[in-house]
Amino acid sequence: MNATLRNLLVNTACLAVGVLLSLGFWSMLSATVAKELPTPAATWEVAKPYIVEPFAKRGEQDQGILRLVGYSLGLVAKGYLIALIVGTPIGFLLGLSKGFARVFDPIVQVLRPVSPLAWLPLGMVLFLSTGRQALENGALFTIAICAMWPTVLNTAVGVRAIPQDYLNVGRVLKLSRMKMLFKIMVPATLPYMFTGFRLSLGIAWLVIVAAEMLTGRTGVGSFLWNEYNNANYGNIIFSILTIGVIGFILDRLMSVAESRFKTA
Amino acid sequence: MSFLELRHVTKSFGGAPVLHDVNLSLVEGEFVAIVGYSGQGKTTLMSLIAGLLKPDSGEILLEGKPVSGPGPDRGLVFQNYSLLPWLTVEENISLAVESVFPGQSAAERAAHVAKYIAMVKLSHAADRLPRQLSGGMRQRVSVARTLAMNPRILLLDEPLSALDALTRATLQDEISDIWLSDKKTVILITNSVDEALYLADRVIPLTLGPGATLASPVTVDLPRPRDRSTLNHEPEFKRLRSQITQTLLGYSESRKTTVSRKLVLPDILPEDLDQPRRSGPPRRPHEIKRENVSI
Repeated sequence: MNATLRNLLVNTACLAVGVLLSLGFWSMLSATVAKELPTPAATWEVAKPYIVEPFAKRGEQDQGILRLVGYSLGLVAKGYLIALIVGTPIGFLLGLSKGFARVFDPIVQVLRPVSPLAWLPLGMVLFLSTGRQALENGALFTIAICAMWPTVLNTAVGVRAIPQDYLNVGRVLKLSRMKMLFKIMVPATLPYMFTGFRLSLGIAWLVIVAAEMLTGRTGVGSFLWNEYNNANYGNIIFSILTIGVIGFILDRLMSVAESRFKTA
Repeated sequence: MSFLELRHVTKSFGGAPVLHDVNLSLVEGEFVAIVGYSGQGKTTLMSLIAGLLKPDSGEILLEGKPVSGPGPDRGLVFQNYSLLPWLTVEENISLAVESVFPGQSAAERAAHVAKYIAMVKLSHAADRLPRQLSGGMRQRVSVARTLAMNPRILLLDEPLSALDALTRATLQDEISDIWLSDKKTVILITNSVDEALYLADRVIPLTLGPGATLASPVTVDLPRPRDRSTLNHEPEFKRLRSQITQTLLGYSESRKTTVSRKLVLPDILPEDLDQPRRSGPPRRPHEIKRENVSI
């Protein structure tokens, strides 16, 4: 048996042990303290229609799980894109200009720890004039503003960490401002930026669930909340697992992208 | 008129003087080596000439015109190569060529870049990234990048000090060949007296800081091309080497200092275990002695 195969077997076995222990703990909980908590088997029974037909559309809330995930991901993608487009230049300005940092850094530090739940009402107020679109736009605003901070801060740190040697090369070559920015500063900051992008995506995915719960927009988050109201408790657990798995996959994808941009 | 001139250049960092009253004059086509100890302002001197730093007082003139900032007319080869890690060898050099010769067509530029890559014998590695190159190869790329800018003067800031001895010798030969073929004005900063003598027309020792300055230059009258193997036995080479080495050692001699420190002899009285354990100075103060150490 070669080493890689053995490694794979060991890892799979460890994973199985972890899953079994968790399932055991879960079963124990539902059998003892929390009688209302469905057992793993009951959960599977409730979740089955959503898994075997992942793209089914039986009603506004009664849809296959992947379809629901698709709605959520669509909104996340939009909000995340806005976060990157707005956050990256702000990060660059914070990193480049001491004056800008002095003026805006305190504001960033104050806004950063604000919870998504606090931003959402403000977002909806901001877009009240858009009528029925207000919910959607509010959610978008919330995702964008919450997901922006890791990108802003990591980009700023990255810009401040550009080695003086690279900047000296640019100075000796008398590069124009634009060339200095795009040929030296942006590539030198890219690894930091991608770390920020990855963290931002994680936050965007966190925010979507809260935003959907509050706005009732169709997606995994509102599915979870509706099933709670319908007393289909098994689907709460099913939703949590789905959200976790999707978040994990997104993070893996980003870390692959991140490692491709590692320089030096 | 001298080609490059430094007049009474002084530079200090945060109040601590690094260079004091540095005067230097080069004629066109000359190869000057500056030798000195590490940390005595050699790189600062180079950054001043390159325009990356501004002198506190005094002036630097290139062909009669004061140096006001960095520019491609003074080609600086950095001590740590400073290649951009996300660009290939070719792209690194191309970036420099592009900004110095903006009028070139793409084909002209590619030919120009290829010529200098070939000059440092790296044509086979043109598409590699810096991290895929050895230290010696990286430094050759750095040299090629600088030469490709066709600078008026070449500033070599300890370009070889991070390399192993064999690579170092090879690169010394390459620098020597390149200099012989196009007779550029060169300032080489190094910590190796042998390297300085092998390459330069004039060797100038840098005195010890704080407030280092250039000592009187030593003219190297060895015939070119110089041969490393026979050079070592040449009486003139030996004489120059010992002269410069003595000068440099002389500086450190004058800096010998005496440090006086406290010496506490161990207390060898048997301990009274009934007494509580005590720390602090020894019970008998006469066991503290002073010792003078000269470094």
